[in-house]
Amino acid sequence: MEEVPHDCPGADSAQAGRGASCQGCPNQRLCASGAGATPDPAIEEIKEKMKTVKHKILVLSGKGGVGKSTFSAHLAHGLAEDENTQVALLDIDICGPSIPKIMGLEGEQYVDENLGVMSVGFLLSSPDDAVIWRGPKKNGMIKQFLRDVDWGEVDYLIVDTPPGTSDEHLSVVQYLTAARIDGAVIITTPQEVSLQDVRKEISFCRKVKLPVIGVVENMSGFICPNCKKESQIFPPTTGGAAAMCQDLKLPLLGRVPLDPHIGKSCDQGQSFLAEAPDSPATVAYRSIIQRIQEFCNLHQSKEENLISS
Amino acid sequence: MEAAAEPGNLAGVQHIILILSGKGGVGKSTVCTELALALRHAGKKVGILDVDLCGPSIPRMLRAQGKAVHQCNGGWVPVFADQEQSISLMSVGFLLEQPDEAVVWRGPKKNALIKQFVSDVAWGQLDYLVVDTPPGTSDEHMAAVEALRPYRPLGALVVTTPQAVSVGDVRRELTFCRKTGLRVMGVVENMSGFTCPHCAECTSVFSRGGGEELARLAGVPFLGSVPLDPALTRSLEEGRDFIQEFPNSPAFPALAAIAQKILDATPAQAS
Repeated sequence: MEEVPHDCPGADSAQAGRGASCQGCPNQRLCASGAGATPDPAIEEIKEKMKTVKHKILVLSGKGGVGKSTFSAHLAHGLAEDENTQVALLDIDICGPSIPKIMGLEGEQYVDENLGVMSVGFLLSSPDDAVIWRGPKKNGMIKQFLRDVDWGEVDYLIVDTPPGTSDEHLSVVQYLTAARIDGAVIITTPQEVSLQDVRKEISFCRKVKLPVIGVVENMSGFICPNCKKESQIFPPTTGGAAAMCQDLKLPLLGRVPLDPHIGKSCDQGQSFLAEAPDSPATVAYRSIIQRIQEFCNLHQSKEENLISS
Repeated sequence: MEAAAEPGNLAGVQHIILILSGKGGVGKSTVCTELALALRHAGKKVGILDVDLCGPSIPRMLRAQGKAVHQCNGGWVPVFADQEQSISLMSVGFLLEQPDEAVVWRGPKKNALIKQFVSDVAWGQLDYLVVDTPPGTSDEHMAAVEALRPYRPLGALVVTTPQAVSVGDVRRELTFCRKTGLRVMGVVENMSGFTCPHCAECTSVFSRGGGEELARLAGVPFLGSVPLDPALTRSLEEGRDFIQEFPNSPAFPALAAIAQKILDATPAQAS
């Protein structure tokens, strides 16, 4: 089976569409027409637009249902608790846009004065509307979100993504690279079936040279509300995120336990951090958010030192 | 009058079922694997086609990871999960050189592979082909439905978890089914509550009620709720036969009932 980096000459190479390994590739005609040769003008336009956005963080997984949207929403809530911090949350999960529900929005785009949200969910007229789009159309929407939304002065832009390593992920990295992404936060649950996919996501990050801020292990243990004893609903049969992080030399930002109130808060569009400030899950979230802020600030001062030296 | 399907590699497959969700992480691959095992226990020959190209979970769930795909005159030979060759599999997972290799493909290339999985795998004689899908309503789903349409699938089993955030996505998947003419055989609600092994208290970890509500809204049958059972998760992690090993698990009766409903809903005479 052809592996894209080995045999594919690259969409922007002189051999694009013409190489021996291009035979049979569905993109052959497109590449041969030279369409891949010129960089998309939108990339520069987006770079300009992003000048007023200080930090850009992608929330990725690879695996579905591990809590990317839940985490993105609460990262946004946590950062926005400081009213002097401007936060924007962009949901590029075009087929399954969960962010509006989790943020308690049904059309308005501002949760608070300093917390704005954008999602394809706002553009759908009914909760039953399905966005049955192929890759190129999804890419177009993402380009529009990045280029045509007036983001204004933003301290943190958080981008929530769908599971996988496909069009949406390639596009958001492609369109934002010139504007510099601080890094990606990778979400997983403890069991191997998740880690298996997450390792692929980490490979993806390495391939596209996207820095990884760290990994969050979600649904890490459950405390029974009745007897207070802990159980592992999703057993870390291969050592959980800790073992994976050690293997891949990545920071484990934290572990968030399963608290049934999280699901409820998301269903009701409330901030779990505000609803359950004493939950061990809230404590875990806050510590993770702090580490992310530290990473971003460190990044920023390194850049500033480079520029001034 | 519909043109008859060209005889091809699916000519010997009696019934095709797609497992869909819309939402990620609700247990599509789990339900797919458990349904295949249950149908096998009922004496059926089953194939599993895994069209989740970015996150292929099926090989590991049946302890088949690392096996190679061979060629024969009819095309690719599916990988067998067992000695008796009662469960055959096809997944991009078998085609990767390294297990952690990421399949970073855009839509058109994914579509091409899925078409190949349908037309170029020598499935042979099967009672059921169960198709596992990734979350969403995009390239993979359209490619699978289009490629399988000539073979008239029995329908789709739609999986959700109880909370509103899942139901919100799964409603859209039901619209996808309607728009593409795919019959919905029913809704399965997974991760319906967790019984604490220490004190037996049952907690609704992921809220409650969503599955039945969804089935009611969409006017489709509710096939059942499957509770959370770490023994089930562990079986899947280790590629073991949960149905054989854990008949006393709280998840077992629900899974067995779902399989029985599928068997009951299958027309007796295949064309």
